[in-house]
Amino acid sequence: MADQPLFRLEDLSVAFDDTPVVEDLSLEVKRGETLALVGESGSGKSVSALGALGLLPRNARVTGARRLGDTDLARLSRRDWQALLGGRVGFVFQEPMTSLNPLHTVAKQIGETLRLHQGLTGRAARDRSRELLEQVRLPRAEELLDAWPHQLSGGQRQRVMIAMAIANRPRLLIADEPTTALDVTVQREILALLAELRDTHGMGMLFITHDLNLVRRHADRVCVMHQGRAQETGEVARVFAEPRSPYTRELLAAEPSGRPTPIERRAPILQARRLGVRFQRPKRLFSRRPPAFEALKPLDLDVAPGETLGIVGESGSGKTTLALALLRLQESHGEIEFDGERLDRLHGDALRRRRRRLQVVFQDPFGSLSPRMPVADIVSEGLRFHHPDLDDAAVDQRVRATLREVGLPEDCGSRYPHEFSGGQRQRIAVARAIILEPELLVLDEPTSALDRTVQKQLVNLLRELQARRGLSYLFISHDLAVVRAMAHRILVLKDGAVMERGDCQAVLADPATDYTRTLVEAAGLVPVA
Amino acid sequence: MSRLSARLSPIARRRLAVFRGNGRARLSLWVFSALFVISLGAELVANDKPLIMHYQGQWYLPLVVDYPDTAFGGFLPTPADYRDPYTREAIEAEGWMLWPPIPFSYDTLDRDLDHPAPSPPDAVHWLGTDDQGRDVLARVIYGFRLSVIFALVLTAGSLVLGVMIGGVQGYFGGKVDLIGQRMIEIWSGLPVLFLLIILASLVEPNLWWLLGIMLLFSWLGLVDVVRAEFLRARNLEYVRAAKAMGLPSRLIMWRHVLPNAMVATLTFIPFLFTGAITTLTALDFLGFGLPPGSPSLGELVAQGKNNLQAPWLGITAFLTLAVMLSLLVFIGEGLRDAFDPRHIQHAAGDGRKRRSDAHG
Repeated sequence: MADQPLFRLEDLSVAFDDTPVVEDLSLEVKRGETLALVGESGSGKSVSALGALGLLPRNARVTGARRLGDTDLARLSRRDWQALLGGRVGFVFQEPMTSLNPLHTVAKQIGETLRLHQGLTGRAARDRSRELLEQVRLPRAEELLDAWPHQLSGGQRQRVMIAMAIANRPRLLIADEPTTALDVTVQREILALLAELRDTHGMGMLFITHDLNLVRRHADRVCVMHQGRAQETGEVARVFAEPRSPYTRELLAAEPSGRPTPIERRAPILQARRLGVRFQRPKRLFSRRPPAFEALKPLDLDVAPGETLGIVGESGSGKTTLALALLRLQESHGEIEFDGERLDRLHGDALRRRRRRLQVVFQDPFGSLSPRMPVADIVSEGLRFHHPDLDDAAVDQRVRATLREVGLPEDCGSRYPHEFSGGQRQRIAVARAIILEPELLVLDEPTSALDRTVQKQLVNLLRELQARRGLSYLFISHDLAVVRAMAHRILVLKDGAVMERGDCQAVLADPATDYTRTLVEAAGLVPVA
Repeated sequence: MSRLSARLSPIARRRLAVFRGNGRARLSLWVFSALFVISLGAELVANDKPLIMHYQGQWYLPLVVDYPDTAFGGFLPTPADYRDPYTREAIEAEGWMLWPPIPFSYDTLDRDLDHPAPSPPDAVHWLGTDDQGRDVLARVIYGFRLSVIFALVLTAGSLVLGVMIGGVQGYFGGKVDLIGQRMIEIWSGLPVLFLLIILASLVEPNLWWLLGIMLLFSWLGLVDVVRAEFLRARNLEYVRAAKAMGLPSRLIMWRHVLPNAMVATLTFIPFLFTGAITTLTALDFLGFGLPPGSPSLGELVAQGKNNLQAPWLGITAFLTLAVMLSLLVFIGEGLRDAFDPRHIQHAAGDGRKRRSDAHG
């Protein structure tokens, strides 16, 4: 019984308008096991799951045998599909913010699938929904039934999604990056919940992810995909211990490695004293103004020349607010001193002139470059403003030199951002910042939108630039593996307050607070001697 | 064309491709442009003066130069009336004249009509005459030109004002936005039509007065659209990056934020344009618009209403307005689709496919 595969794909191929996306994928999921489908973005992992279950748009052509239990999925009518999806197959998607309908209460969302597949209505549906919410460990289930999606946190929404997915006791649960949008501590709870539900309901689980750490800890078997082809399939322990395909080896080695170059401490270039950020809450007519929300409680920090200060925390901890405040892009109170000068007292033109020396690279490589400007214009824009004396030839030369320095081809200046991959775009963003020859670079989650292998390259590039130019970095990240490879010292933030600070390796090796310890454990850092 | 599209950004190129792919919009644009170009040369198409003439061995350009009657054997030093049978005979006896296809201007009174005015269409007056004996076709051509130019100037003016005010409000937000919005609410509460009617009793309203008054109010609709786009775009990461680079606000607004707002603005233009034309027509119809005698479509509508026994007036007015507005609506539709990201994705998908075909 247990050996009978629950879900089996044989030579599955998916093509969009004759462009193959997935080729000859074979896999099977058994009852009570988790198969992880791992790959970088664009490797075809989601497409193969969606394709096997007929959820792709009409221009996709799916071929190959696919069976769920004893049903041949290739021969289902539309009506059969409707009974199957949400009934025998449950889905959990990546984005908890958008996968719930914002206009329906939780009870209504769960009730809908119960009504469609089990014919439950009214009282019965409500009771069953509450039961489900209790199963996914949501507190105050009765109250939450009448909550709207916007009243729930990301983790809670994902639990509601899971409740919907298991509502009809599916035999197969497909979890497509279920925790990517969540904080690491929440991530662990959700995955533990999924494993528990899998065991109690006897489901098979197909777990799609890009995160090898999660695979290591939460899957039984793994299938590694690259460019639409399965590279390797096998037991998790075996694949991690002795990978057979070169790509798997590369992927496993992609954990950011190395350590920042040691530096001797000098007088700090950037210092903040009692720096805090408050957001005024709106005042209702005829009522007292509610107390301001403290996004960042007053804190002190300093960065020495050539040093990297890592700022670590989960979403909502105030990391980005801190960065924006230091850059004077966000109203704040307290003192900011840059190179012996009070930055917080400057305004207008004087402040704009100083901005050249403090540059920033943002998280989203797709949002931070104007889609309407060619790369050369993007990179040279600041240079032209701060150095109006340079003529076109000189600007062009500087742009080429900078592009070369960040590892891009010199002649790519006339191309537009959309022609580049995420990692290349992030290099363009770095080029735009360093062409101004800043002394301090604020890096706001520069690697979190990138694949692991690309992350590693970017981390190496940033370290090289630091060594060559003596740059100081303020490195913001939630990813401890990257921070460990970059930062000399770190500052751990939670809810806008400093939890812990100190030498990076020391803090990560021996956290002083419970919160930091949870973070370190959740990140599953591989100890490096 | 290829040089132009090479300089455009890929997005603009895709938009152009979507617009070109929309047959109805493209055809409408061509027809409308052709009509507009013809109407721009209205003096060459419909005029009560010859285009060029040869008299007593000399060349004359009556279109450009006013010659006195005495030059052609008359007695009075008044400008020559080339339609006068006496003058005409005198000139044609010793030379020749080249007339435009429609030998009437918009204000030419044809005194030798076979029927009492309004006279029905015939070989001389292709669309008949109005109740003062003026050629309807000539008036339509001049009226079309006037309406379109009025709409163009009004739209351009509204664009400048609306984008500037909406942009400043949206980009700076906060108090600027709050105060600006309240002022606009008060301003938009003023009754435009009554203002125009009051104005009509104070001054002789000419084209520029009308434009000025309308311009005071027509930008209001744009502000909301532009402001919303600026509010959204000012928090985009590349706008923040530009701020962090130390660029001044005016450069950021011009280079990074405005292009975002242009999409919404451009889709709004057809509404502004048709709105301007219908408002002018309505004012003329009511008699508060252009001074009497001007070639206006609204006046033609009014004449059609007053002379139901002469259906060619009403039918011509209706057809002219219907064709003009429909063409504009179709062009606007094409524009809107071209700027709709979903259509662009479609086009992008096609592009990708082509590229991969080329590689494979």
